[in-house]
Amino acid sequence: MALDSKIPQGPLADKWTKHKNDINLVNPANKRLIDVIVVGTGLAGGSAAATLAELGYNVKAFCFQDSPRRAHSIAAQGGINAAKNYQGDGDSTYRLFYDTVKGGDYRSRESNVYRLAEVSANIIDQCVAQGVPFARDYGGLLDNRSFGGVLVSRTFYAKGQTGQQLLLGAYSAMNRQIGRGKIKMYNRHEMLDIVKVDGKARGIITRNLITGEIERHSAHAVVLGTGGYGNVFYLSTNAMGSNVTAAWKAHKRGAYFANPCYTQIHPTCIPVSGDHQSKLTLMSESLRNDGRIWVPAKKEDAIAIREGRLKPTDLKEEDRDYYLERRYPAFGNLVPRDVASRAAKERCDAGFGVNKTGEAVYLDFASAIERYGKEQAYVQHLDANDKALVKKLGQEVVKTKYGNLFQMYNKIVDQDPYNTPMMIYPAVHYTMGGLWVDYNLQTTVEGLYAIGEANFSDHGANRLGASALMQGLADGYFVLPYTIGDYLSHDIRTGPISTDTPEFEEAEQNVRKQVDALVNNEGTKAVDYFHKKLGKIMWNKCGMSRNATDLQSAIDEISALRDEFYKEVRVPGTQNEFNEELAKALRVADFLELGELFAKDALTRNESCGGHFREESVELDGPQKGEALRDDENFTFVSAWEYKGAPKDAVLHKEELNYENIEVKQRSYK
Amino acid sequence: MKLTLKIWRQKNAQAKGQMVTYPIDGIDGDMSFLEMMDVLNNKLINEGEEPVVFDHDCREGICGSCSMFINGEAHGPDRLVTTCQLHMRKFKDGETITIEPFRADGFPVIKDLMVDRSAFDRIQHAGGFISVNTSGNTQDANSIPIEKADADDAFAAATCIGCGACVASCKNASAMLFVSAKVSQFALLPQGQVEATDRVLNMVKQMDEEGFGNCTNTGACEVECPKGISLENIARMNREYLSASLKG
Amino acid sequence: MSGLLKSSIGRKVAMALSGLFLVIFLTQHFVINSTAVIDPDTFNAWSHFMGTNPLVQFALQPVLIFGVVFHFVMGFVLELQNRKARPVKYANYKGGEAAPWTSRNMILSGLVILAFLGLHFYDFWIPEMIHKYVEFAPEDPTRYYAETVHKFESPVRVALYVISFVLLALHLWHGFASTFQSVGFNNAYSKALSKFAKVWAVAIPVGFILIAVYLHLNQIPH
Repeated sequence: MALDSKIPQGPLADKWTKHKNDINLVNPANKRLIDVIVVGTGLAGGSAAATLAELGYNVKAFCFQDSPRRAHSIAAQGGINAAKNYQGDGDSTYRLFYDTVKGGDYRSRESNVYRLAEVSANIIDQCVAQGVPFARDYGGLLDNRSFGGVLVSRTFYAKGQTGQQLLLGAYSAMNRQIGRGKIKMYNRHEMLDIVKVDGKARGIITRNLITGEIERHSAHAVVLGTGGYGNVFYLSTNAMGSNVTAAWKAHKRGAYFANPCYTQIHPTCIPVSGDHQSKLTLMSESLRNDGRIWVPAKKEDAIAIREGRLKPTDLKEEDRDYYLERRYPAFGNLVPRDVASRAAKERCDAGFGVNKTGEAVYLDFASAIERYGKEQAYVQHLDANDKALVKKLGQEVVKTKYGNLFQMYNKIVDQDPYNTPMMIYPAVHYTMGGLWVDYNLQTTVEGLYAIGEANFSDHGANRLGASALMQGLADGYFVLPYTIGDYLSHDIRTGPISTDTPEFEEAEQNVRKQVDALVNNEGTKAVDYFHKKLGKIMWNKCGMSRNATDLQSAIDEISALRDEFYKEVRVPGTQNEFNEELAKALRVADFLELGELFAKDALTRNESCGGHFREESVELDGPQKGEALRDDENFTFVSAWEYKGAPKDAVLHKEELNYENIEVKQRSYK
Repeated sequence: MKLTLKIWRQKNAQAKGQMVTYPIDGIDGDMSFLEMMDVLNNKLINEGEEPVVFDHDCREGICGSCSMFINGEAHGPDRLVTTCQLHMRKFKDGETITIEPFRADGFPVIKDLMVDRSAFDRIQHAGGFISVNTSGNTQDANSIPIEKADADDAFAAATCIGCGACVASCKNASAMLFVSAKVSQFALLPQGQVEATDRVLNMVKQMDEEGFGNCTNTGACEVECPKGISLENIARMNREYLSASLKG
Repeated sequence: MSGLLKSSIGRKVAMALSGLFLVIFLTQHFVINSTAVIDPDTFNAWSHFMGTNPLVQFALQPVLIFGVVFHFVMGFVLELQNRKARPVKYANYKGGEAAPWTSRNMILSGLVILAFLGLHFYDFWIPEMIHKYVEFAPEDPTRYYAETVHKFESPVRVALYVISFVLLALHLWHGFASTFQSVGFNNAYSKALSKFAKVWAVAIPVGFILIAVYLHLNQIPH
């Protein structure tokens, strides 16, 4: 099947308005006759479910958590971008569009990104109307801060809990519709297959996680807002339950999977403390507004610190290497995430790491504390030369800005970041890849939509900070509810979809077979054993830097691990009860397939772009020496993979990317 | 370190449960409490036993999934943390740790340490929202300036993660802190004023129907709350409720 | 408005307001009692007034009795509800880590006070009622002081009174200050008021104890 991205004709700035005017609408009375399934209740799924219900559709929403409010969007810390230009610093829709395409290393679709920038301002209006308590200044107006990779302050925030506040906003919009009976909510339900009738997505098969019951649910369209697949690395900043299963089942039913290798490795996470580690904790990128990143300039100092003989605070300024400021004077500590992560890895690989395992760098607030302290002393007419006083005042300012993050760090690491620099290291955080969708956010399966992190569309090869929340809400509140109407307008006379058909029967049996096989497997190893092993392969061979040899061996190793999994996995308990091991086994089974496709995609893309860094493709000379080298001639396309059985047999389809409104050039942050 | 765990095991909602003792070894102070539970569960699986079921997801203290009543306190002995951020360095080698589910009539046990907190959702369905259409045609966000102090207080109330520690800690299993946090967030914002009367009446009504206890102002909820939600919110809800009752 | 007393918050406010009313009564009671130490004649005069004034006897007294009965009946109702709200108890519950003893044991201190009220009624109120409304005995405005002093002759009774007042202090320590929170008053002013309430909660019962002990030590012949 040829890929048709259905980008509307006309000038970039008019595409979305024109498209909205051109597409078919469903009249309010007919909306009552149409059912929509929404899987996932994070920012994308939650906002979509609420908006669709409000428009009049009958929505069935599903989440595996015990409440929609617990979806992992809740953990997003730093903020949400919007081209409001409240700060008057030159921001505009075009600039947000430009920054996002550039930040994504020219691997995203122009029209989608422009639309995202266009609706971004609406999101803030919407959320404020819903009662989301964004940070405000003393004049009572909304405050902004700056994030990596941009030169303006356009990030709206609620301390370090922006995702929580936005999700609770979407959840409250859902609650209103649940209370009215327009959303039927299915908590603790996991989607295990898509049902296609006459080529169209018409339902899903779910497993009730409490009772183990396998259920059929039908609708006229299915929307997946099921998030990313970072947990293929086992250790990531994703929640324990975050998984690829819904997207992967859709892939197996015909939805192309786009750019699986585009992974964001976030530079500021709390380093791994030992083998027991179950997940990694992010320290918001907003910290890079005020924190300075450094390692010791001399290797012997790094060794002394690792062995506990030297304290970082004892190191003189000239013995510190603020390597981001040194390498990227224009953006300094606020370079994009992929650049910051690689730079940290480079220093640690060179032997300058500062924790026991040598895999950590410092994020230091001492100069910010001093700067703020002096400012406060001046404002309050106090003595700006009193060091203790300045420190105290400065710490108070830092506390109001990042208090919850500092507290979190303190609880986990048992060190006080107000007095000693934080230790951080990159960790898997977000996946730019996902189900391929057209301009309408429809996958290659008719009637099956993917929104938020579950699709691939807006971030190219690297996502800028504070853009994930923006995309999730843009898709859910403002894009999908319009575009899905175009499709559903053909279904006003279809009537309810029966679940009593051979297609539902086949899909249900498919799920039952898999569940039976796992529960009855006479293996000896727990699910975590395989998941950890998969994660190690992914991190070592498909992580921050990749090469052909490693990627090829990753494909082989993952394939072998998958075989071992089906032979050796042990799932205790039965299927007719709450059985977390079974739920985990079902998810890991899909990760074991996705991981292989991931490696295959990374192998195919023989260029460095954004978060995908191929050791074979670097600048050899000039001022950019050592930086990633894109190959625009051969790789300016989206890789969309078609399922053909084993992941290594997947077939590549290319969506060529055209840049008409932006000049494609090397991304320089120097 | 070496520990003795006394854990509540209960097959399902109908079954009778009991405390079961498990010795465990090789626990590191840098482990989170849930990672310690992972160690136990992997051991149980390898021994052919069923792992202990508990709610958990984000493991960074924000989703509100994890619960557990540890050594007589919700989320254990540390303050301002959820169980996932409680670290084993807070315990001593050789210690016996009791682990129970959050107990309340409004939170029936599903299995082992996992309870059903959907009562919280139903309370929110009753009024935990501002009725504004998500159409994108709302007024500009900066057209309603909000005093910073009010915005900050609303935010502080809104940071509630809905974990239920307040209910679990309260000697009466009262849900006042949770409900008041939501009521307060909207009561403090101009956007929330229009529906203020109905909101507080409906949410309190639903809270009462869910079988939670009454407030005795002991303040235990505030102390055990992982997000430090203040008792001032309960006072505010009482005020809102009284004035709404007199109006309605 | 109609459902107010059926709601958890309505009941809590009712507890607070009835408690506050009893606090006012207690203050008044204490002021009159203290005159027994200062000047028996004043004590007699006040007691005579309270015992014979129709407004006090037929308006305030029923209101007071209603207040007392309401406060403890509602206390029981809430206690039962609260127990029902946690049908399965914790094996290990460290209530003391998070909340003071006084706040967690209002029902216990309340029950002791209730028992004390029984004794107190037996000592004073029932004889008074019989004296006035059953026997219709002639009123002697100077009888009150002597009668009161003689009640405190027995050290056992004094000990019972002292114990009850200690429990009363514990009850008030939490109860009085927390009424502000219950009626929705929690700010800088209420925090200052709470401090006053705590001082009051100790001062008044201690005052009652001192009076009882004083009367015990200063017996007059029958």
